[in-house]
Amino acid sequence: MTILLKLEGLTKAYPGVIANDDVSFEVKAGEIHALLGENGAGKSTLVKMIYGLVRPDKGKMTFNGEVFQPAEPRAARASGVAMVFQHFSLFDALSVAENISLGMENPPSRRELSARIREVSNDYKLPLDPNRIIGDLSVGERQRVEIIRCLLQNPKLLIMDEPTSVLTPQEVDVLFETLRKLASEGTSILYISHKLEEIRSLCDQATILRLGKVIDSCVPSEQTARKLAEMMVGQALITPTRKDQKTGDVVLKVSNLTVPSSNPFGTTLKNIALAVRSGEVLGIGGVAGNGQDELLLALSGETRVAQDEISVDGKPVGNLGPNERRKLGLLTAPEERLGHSAAPDMSLVENTMLTAAVRENLARNGFLRWNAAKDFAETIVKKFDVRTPSVNNAAKSLSGGNLQKFVIGREVLQNPRVLVINQPTWGVDASAAADIRQALMFLAEEGAAVVVVSQDLDELLEVSDQLAILNEGRLTSPVATASLNMDDIGLMMGGGAQTEMEAQHVSS
Amino acid sequence: MDLSAIDPMLLLASLMAASTPVLLAAIGELVVEKSGVLNLGVEGMMITGAICGFAIAVESGSPMLGFLGAAVCGALLSMLFAWLTQYALANQVASGLALTMFGLGLSSLIGQGYQGIKPPATHDLNIPLISDIPVIGPILFQHDPLVYFSIALVAAVWAMLKFSRAGLILRSVGENHSAAHALGYKVVRIRVLAIMFGGACAGLGGAYLSLIQVPQWTEGMTAGAGWIALALVVFASWKPWRVILGAYLFGGISILQLNLQAVGVNIPVAYLAMAPYVVTIVVLVIISSDRKRVSLNAPASLGRVFHASH
Repeated sequence: MTILLKLEGLTKAYPGVIANDDVSFEVKAGEIHALLGENGAGKSTLVKMIYGLVRPDKGKMTFNGEVFQPAEPRAARASGVAMVFQHFSLFDALSVAENISLGMENPPSRRELSARIREVSNDYKLPLDPNRIIGDLSVGERQRVEIIRCLLQNPKLLIMDEPTSVLTPQEVDVLFETLRKLASEGTSILYISHKLEEIRSLCDQATILRLGKVIDSCVPSEQTARKLAEMMVGQALITPTRKDQKTGDVVLKVSNLTVPSSNPFGTTLKNIALAVRSGEVLGIGGVAGNGQDELLLALSGETRVAQDEISVDGKPVGNLGPNERRKLGLLTAPEERLGHSAAPDMSLVENTMLTAAVRENLARNGFLRWNAAKDFAETIVKKFDVRTPSVNNAAKSLSGGNLQKFVIGREVLQNPRVLVINQPTWGVDASAAADIRQALMFLAEEGAAVVVVSQDLDELLEVSDQLAILNEGRLTSPVATASLNMDDIGLMMGGGAQTEMEAQHVSS
Repeated sequence: MDLSAIDPMLLLASLMAASTPVLLAAIGELVVEKSGVLNLGVEGMMITGAICGFAIAVESGSPMLGFLGAAVCGALLSMLFAWLTQYALANQVASGLALTMFGLGLSSLIGQGYQGIKPPATHDLNIPLISDIPVIGPILFQHDPLVYFSIALVAAVWAMLKFSRAGLILRSVGENHSAAHALGYKVVRIRVLAIMFGGACAGLGGAYLSLIQVPQWTEGMTAGAGWIALALVVFASWKPWRVILGAYLFGGISILQLNLQAVGVNIPVAYLAMAPYVVTIVVLVIISSDRKRVSLNAPASLGRVFHASH
């Protein structure tokens, strides 16, 4: 096979960190090449250089036999590089066709474009209606939009940054089929993911980055997932474990919870009922956008509901705000780390003060006890191995994984009766994710009730005792996790949408 | 009091002229907000346009040069805002308020020598045949060119936003600036251009006040028209045609209350004078009461500072 992309000695430094240090590897034509590494290993910076968003300080790229120095994404696209972003770069209020047209250099007329979208989406079995508004689409469908936007440019190299973190298992299968078809037609794919099993089944070759340097390369199917993870982290990996499964009385009880969404593209919660006992972990799965955000808001107290729809230790709390609920021991950690869980421009100490003031007595007679807050912040940093120069650093200066550890540590260490957590390990690397899961299990062992909302099914199977699925604002009744396998859950999750998709799959 | 002294035809005929300043300013601000920038300095740019246009028209004797100059001055003033918010990354609300203050002060400074002068007259377009049609002729077809220009501008903005690629890019920048940046669009450059367009439109609106509607220069003569323009954009839920509706409603009530004052209706003048503001806001609140539909149209990045992180 011929070499499509060759990187030689690429280096990029930011103030204080070297994101990429002398990175060299090559991608062959028609190859699915995995890029592996922990958070902060420099994967994102590397692909941004290939896509022309960042310029390397040093080093040389060769693409298709020619020197390649894209000054901007437009130039990279013109050479045949396309990219599907980790955070979708889509515009909610615009239609599918408008979104796709924005990503093209010389878009054809609207009618012609719509016809081409239909044609390509049928070819690759990714059915899509060009006239729908993005905000109304499911996450899986949004990703299709991104992929089709790339495919319409006939790319030679397709870069995918964490494409499967938000998909159901069946959607992942469809995506992989598409990617294999593309590769067989000669398109190379540079694939970034934390999901090692997926990489083992999909990728031909893997390059492993650690702290900005290329550490190793391998053929993923010849390695175990554990071995790959250890290559990434550079040390042996601990599997989270849990000793006893003693459960007590019901701590958190939700009944008849019906909440209309405040977001025009949101989901209305319909008649949600759940009960979590002390010492129990309830996992809530489901594809994003099925009411997870709304459920979190209702549980945290940001959305007030009728008094007796939610109760903690038998006390009705539905009409109480977040701080009053905290006082009773109901703590929450939302999904969005920057801007929701933590105030980006405030220091870790200040962020500690914001949620822990009530339970940790950090405020007395209306005055703030900064020393106590600092001590508590330092405890969090120490116990949860948050890597930061000091607790006075702004929250936004931490990497995603470290901030996640901080945010979760902050709630766990407040000794909650109930902890509700959304996407505990989203975008967090393997070893940090294991630490976080372990912390949640310890918390349950100590007698707290834990609710974990996540899209990562492996994670839910690992941490939770009971599993329920959110689908279009409805929650299925919980099933004991021990009795489930992946396929059962996929069917629970998919509901109607899944069968419809498969039907289209068969018919096309 | 004699209500029959109000001539409904004259009332309707002056409606279009009375609405034009607000309409011009609002359509400019609509484009700015569609690009994701909230410029609260409309009032300041309007009044600066009013005095610059007035001064240039008086000095040159040509009202058209005055209008041109007003647009240029409005755009120049808006560049101050553009620099503050797009390059210095200042807060948009604070910068906009500062721009209004600055514009009010600057205009009274420039206006020192221009009090009590009459500007050169702008002639109405008298289109043969159609302006002679009874009733419709005087109401619709005997106005100055700026009235027709403002309507054409709304149509052009509507078509640009809906059908052109430039409009799509503008909307995309206002909708999600990070995504637009990731696709390689120059967010800051597009926004600066939109801000300058908004400034030019506000300047034109101001000059319409001082050169045609009043026509003379008095300090603070915009009297909140810039704020009404801002309100119109929000209540029109960022739709160009609704801006016309709102502007004409505002203009209509303004004219009606002046006529009522003239015939001596037994209502305190203060109430009459506030009527256009109150009625416009109430009606538009009712039109846009469907919160879901409004937030669907609102540019999602409106007022957020954009800073490319790499």
